[in-house]
Amino acid sequence: MRVEMFTFLLTAAICLAGSAGVVLLRNPVHNALSLVATLFGVAVLFIQQGAYFLAAIQVIVYAGAIVILFLFVIMLLGVDKAEGLDRDPILGQRPAAIAAGVAILGLSLTALLSVGSRVTGQASTLAAIDGSEPNINALAKVLFTDYVFAFEITSVLLTVAVVGAVVLSRKAGPAIDVAEFPEGTTADLLQAKYDAAAVEQEVLEEVATEDETPEGEAETTEEALR
Amino acid sequence: MNLIWLIPCLPLFGFLVLLVAGRKLGDPGAGWWGTGIVAASFLVVVKVFFDLLALPEEERSLTQTLFTWIPSGSFKVSIGFLADPLSILMCLFITGIGALIHLYSIGYMKGDEKFSKFFLYLNLFLASMLLLVLGDNLLLTFLGWEGVGTCSYLLISFWHTDPANASAGKKAFVTNRIGDFGFMLGTFLVWVTVGSINYADIGPAAPMIAAGTATAIALLFFLGAVGKSAQLPLSVWLPDAMAGPTPVSALIHAATMVTAGVYLITRLNPIMAQAGWANDVIAWTGAITALVAASIAIAQTDIKKVLAYSTVSQLGYMFLAVGTQNYVAGVFHMVTHAFFKALLFLGAGSVIMAMSHEQDMRKFGNLRKYLPVTFATFMIGWLAISGIPPLAGFWSKDEVLAGAFNAGPAGPVLWFIGLLVALMTAFYMTRVVIMTFFGSEKWRLTDAPHEAVESADLESEAVESMDLVTASVAAADHGGGHDDHHGLSPDHTPQESHWTMTAPLVILAGLSIFAGGINLPFGSDFKHLERWLEPTLAYEHELPPVPVLVLLAFAAIAVASLGIFLAYLVYSKHKIAAKKIERPVLAHAWYIDETYAKVAGGPGEAGFQGLADFDGTVVDGAVNGVGAGVLGIGNKLRPVQSGLVRSYALGISIGGALLLAFIVTRMNL
Amino acid sequence: MLALNETWYLVLAAMIFTIGSVGLLTRKNPLVMFMCVELMLNAVNLTFVTFSKALDDIAGQAIVFFVMVVAAAEVVVGLGIIVAIMRRRQGANADDISLLRG
Repeated sequence: MRVEMFTFLLTAAICLAGSAGVVLLRNPVHNALSLVATLFGVAVLFIQQGAYFLAAIQVIVYAGAIVILFLFVIMLLGVDKAEGLDRDPILGQRPAAIAAGVAILGLSLTALLSVGSRVTGQASTLAAIDGSEPNINALAKVLFTDYVFAFEITSVLLTVAVVGAVVLSRKAGPAIDVAEFPEGTTADLLQAKYDAAAVEQEVLEEVATEDETPEGEAETTEEALR
Repeated sequence: MNLIWLIPCLPLFGFLVLLVAGRKLGDPGAGWWGTGIVAASFLVVVKVFFDLLALPEEERSLTQTLFTWIPSGSFKVSIGFLADPLSILMCLFITGIGALIHLYSIGYMKGDEKFSKFFLYLNLFLASMLLLVLGDNLLLTFLGWEGVGTCSYLLISFWHTDPANASAGKKAFVTNRIGDFGFMLGTFLVWVTVGSINYADIGPAAPMIAAGTATAIALLFFLGAVGKSAQLPLSVWLPDAMAGPTPVSALIHAATMVTAGVYLITRLNPIMAQAGWANDVIAWTGAITALVAASIAIAQTDIKKVLAYSTVSQLGYMFLAVGTQNYVAGVFHMVTHAFFKALLFLGAGSVIMAMSHEQDMRKFGNLRKYLPVTFATFMIGWLAISGIPPLAGFWSKDEVLAGAFNAGPAGPVLWFIGLLVALMTAFYMTRVVIMTFFGSEKWRLTDAPHEAVESADLESEAVESMDLVTASVAAADHGGGHDDHHGLSPDHTPQESHWTMTAPLVILAGLSIFAGGINLPFGSDFKHLERWLEPTLAYEHELPPVPVLVLLAFAAIAVASLGIFLAYLVYSKHKIAAKKIERPVLAHAWYIDETYAKVAGGPGEAGFQGLADFDGTVVDGAVNGVGAGVLGIGNKLRPVQSGLVRSYALGISIGGALLLAFIVTRMNL
Repeated sequence: MLALNETWYLVLAAMIFTIGSVGLLTRKNPLVMFMCVELMLNAVNLTFVTFSKALDDIAGQAIVFFVMVVAAAEVVVGLGIIVAIMRRRQGANADDISLLRG
């Protein structure tokens, strides 16, 4: 009992520290590393409550894949510079956010602590956890029976997500239209076409860099749009 | 055995082939294809007919269900065909006359630009008509009902480059919509009452229907029948429908489609038996329509218009028969009428062809010299429709009248109206015959048509000369589109038509003579039709006793002879001036069309304008007001949508906090 | 010493959730905002597993499994969008992207 309590308190401290780090640290890389700490802590709590399989994928998928993906994006975009946290540009956002947070936490704790120390509710009769059966077997049994339709749908969801990510991050170059080719030898013309496309691409990039510099100009176009 | 499905599918197949390859088949290939496929359908009908004949009387009802068309809860409609004595009888004369008229059209439509399209429409029409007759439920009948309506529209406005033809088609279509509305409501009411729209279920369930409901159903379906069969007050479309080619007038607007209303009422006779006074409405509508239309026919100068009003009048006879629950007589008259009216129309078409598409009878005369076959067959049609024994028309008309005489206290009045109609019928048909086939050759007179014709015939009043002006204007308009149609020169020599046109005339003439034999009133051994139809009829009709019957028959013969004699006096001997009989009010069809135009153009238009204004201000105002209100509120709320994702997230957080607060306050603390 | 029971886990989850939500509302870097969303999701997952144990029902763990799948899909698409936006506007933060302003 003592050991359990000790483990819980230690991991809880790590979790809270990690969460605070995600919110408070200014460098995105540090934020990501703090997130890993929280995720590991949650994985330990999963093990403590017998959810061994979930603890494993918590570490492998969350800490191992998702956070690494975050870090890749941070490096790719080069946004690993510190963000100023001194003041919020939206008026009253920060006090309102803290007030909302306090309200949520306060109300949750009121609800949790006022009803005593035990969870009420009906214990399961259908999907009871059988102590003799390994956790992973029990989970697989419900996933492939009661939840098999949802399980199949998630495969569609993941496929769609992958396709969406590819489409979103694809660099769109100018398409080459064969019908536009004038008469002549194909190889030369193709080369000419590629050259023209390259020039066009450069122009586009220049325009893109120009886009971001004058802040006021963008404002005026947005005004005009309205 | 199960060849029933072939009956409507053969013409449908013919239609599809013509749709794809009609132009390739060309003139006359497309015509021969269309004729052949309908003749094949006729042979199938004959086969099914003999199959039915081989069965015992009570079992003469074959149903063939192909597949479920609309499965929707307890409402289920199948594509199924019902071959019973009534529908097979209808199919026999529809496909038989249909094949003959297809053959006739090969000659009549020769050289027309849209030759193959004509046969395409005709085949589609026959497929729809057979579906109407053979469908084993009301919805399938309605499908055919709409199909024939569409084909009728397409064929009336076949020469649509002339605006008059196009608007005649539209008139038919719009008028029929009113009737279709009644048909649909009737179907709904049957579904609600009986719980099925299959004829097989309606028959046994009909005696349980309350009298009020049955009356409502009967009146709704009768509204549909009034539209389709051109009874008053929806009769206005049929005379205008003569704008279509003459074979169309013969097939659709005389022999088959317009009798669909009679078929429908006969098919629903179990309900009609419960319908009480609805039957009186039907009988009186039929009688009055017959009288009014016959009186109009007396004063028409266009040969096809005379026949059109005559058709309306004869359809009135049929409704008189079914309204007095004398269904056998109604169907009997429908069959004989199909024969002799198709014959008369086709004969008129032959005359019109010979006279370079002239339809004004005042320019005809002495055509018996030039058109011997047409003349001979037309004479048979004339005697048949006038009611001279032993031709077909006499027997069927006599049975209608005898049935009417015996129909309750008002029977003798109905019978007298019918007798009056018989007199008029004999009169106007004799007038047509004399003006067309006898007398002098009036188209040879070079003067203006008004003075050209014999004084006794055509000394018309100012109104009629006005008519001539409009007619000639219309002719000029018409000539713009079809130069070849109006070239009647004084030295024109009419020529007898091609054999494809005369052969159907001869066959139909034969049928017009002998068709009365299917139901002779000399005892039950001679009443083949009555015995044949008996299984489908829920109602036994009683005829008057034999001495009365004989008396009635002699009265009918006397009246018909009187009509013919009067017309002979007026138009051949000129003892009586024609203008005394051809009143302008008759020539103008009792001003029914004008009244419609006045009502729709005067108070009607004002009413519709009022509705439009109401719609524009109140309804649109309410709708636009809601829109404007929403727009205003939206403009006020616009700043809330800041586009900043964190503001939105804050909104969600506050909402979540409020929800939590709600839950906490509801807890049993 | 107090005995370890479900309430401890739930209180911890509530705290992590609150921290995540406050971070989501205050940080401007879209990547960090995403991390805060992950925190909130993890807090909820923790409550699911806790209830699963308390009520002796494996279904709670199955739902956590699906939450993880959805979170992975969400991260993939969200990061894709961020990459696409950052390409056009270097160093943009969440407040700069407000084209849907009414």
